[in-house]
Amino acid sequence: MTLRVLDPTFDGGQATQTPVSRLPSLAGRTVGLLDNGKLNVDILLDHVETLLRSQHGVSTVIRLHKPDASRPVPEDVAKGFAACDAVISAVGD
Amino acid sequence: MAQLRSPSYDLADIVAVNDMYHRRGWTDGLPILPPTEELVQDCLDATGLAPSAVIGVESVRQRPITAEKVAINAVMAGCLPAYMPVVVAITKAMCQPEFNLHGSTASTGGSAQFIVVNGPIRQRIGLNATHNVLGNHSRGNASIGRAIRLILINVLGCLPGQLDRSTLGHPGKFSFCIAEDEEDSPWTPLAQQRGIPAGTSAVTVMAGESPHQTMNEWTRDPEEIAETFAAEIRHNMLTYSIWAGNYALIVPKQLRDLIATAGWQKRDIQEYVYRSARVVRRDWATVGKKQIVNLGKGAAQRFSALRSPDDLLVIAAGGPAGGFGAIVPPWLGSRSQAMTQIIETP
Repeated sequence: MTLRVLDPTFDGGQATQTPVSRLPSLAGRTVGLLDNGKLNVDILLDHVETLLRSQHGVSTVIRLHKPDASRPVPEDVAKGFAACDAVISAVGD
Repeated sequence: MAQLRSPSYDLADIVAVNDMYHRRGWTDGLPILPPTEELVQDCLDATGLAPSAVIGVESVRQRPITAEKVAINAVMAGCLPAYMPVVVAITKAMCQPEFNLHGSTASTGGSAQFIVVNGPIRQRIGLNATHNVLGNHSRGNASIGRAIRLILINVLGCLPGQLDRSTLGHPGKFSFCIAEDEEDSPWTPLAQQRGIPAGTSAVTVMAGESPHQTMNEWTRDPEEIAETFAAEIRHNMLTYSIWAGNYALIVPKQLRDLIATAGWQKRDIQEYVYRSARVVRRDWATVGKKQIVNLGKGAAQRFSALRSPDDLLVIAAGGPAGGFGAIVPPWLGSRSQAMTQIIETP
């Protein structure tokens, strides 16, 4: 006799949000970089910005700072990314 | 009866179930009880909730935790249906925004959900509040705490190295659930101190680091007993994290009786520790951290472990013998705050 058992994991069908489709290219796009405030995140994001501009043709980079690494990004900070085609929420640690 | 919606798998036996669930990262490393439709339905029935009922939403990733998934993971953890109202209440509590579930579970700091159960349900389902209270023993304590870990792993994706970035973690991440010994304590139960009416069952949940055990068998003075706890908190402030927030303080019977005989209530302990658990920035030089003594507001900057006496969760629990006690430090000060939630039974 077999056992019929149930899947314990999150079922995407219950999701309250759906991911947007990937951008085909970053060329000419505006990209946001969220600084989580941890030590050395500025060095990490400086490097990421250089790569985005030099290797992917990103035209504009918007860099914003999250006041607390351990809490969600405040809404007013998130609104600052409204003009972005993509945002990278970075972990400097 | 509403239909269960989770995908199902037909497997040969309990060994095959464990093999597959372990392989897919769906366990904590220990064997699980196969979550059959029948067992899951029994657990759901004990909540009075529909399978699709959303018990809470993890707010950062907007991920809902449904009654069906809670029941599946509770069965796997070894929960009996009678434990389900407790598991549901804990899930609700840790989805409150002030608990900061995402931050506290993803952090390198590696906390676990420290759970304290109060009220009549403790005795009804046989939770342990005495001998070895922070260790192994009761099916209820063990499986309720474990169910929460499995929910975090399976529903929220808190897999070590993935969303769970704990550097060390601690043994409480297997299970970290105690009851308060209300019958053998003269003090107001924790839940009542936190605004829950007497006679109502409730859980209090905090993002806790591993417990630190203390000992003082050489005094009857309540101030001296409280001072040993305060000293351990000060030590934690210096060696681990300086930030103020909820600390739990577990007082077993021997020390409890001495403190109570001297006429102290929980409030007296809270106020003493609030005054005593303070350090000065220069103290960091004594624990190998002299590099940061002159940062911030300078060497004389003062820090308190508690924002107010209410931050201290004093819990009567533990076996009858020995002048032991324990503190449970917060994960990261007040970045996660202890939540108290009524346990609703259908």
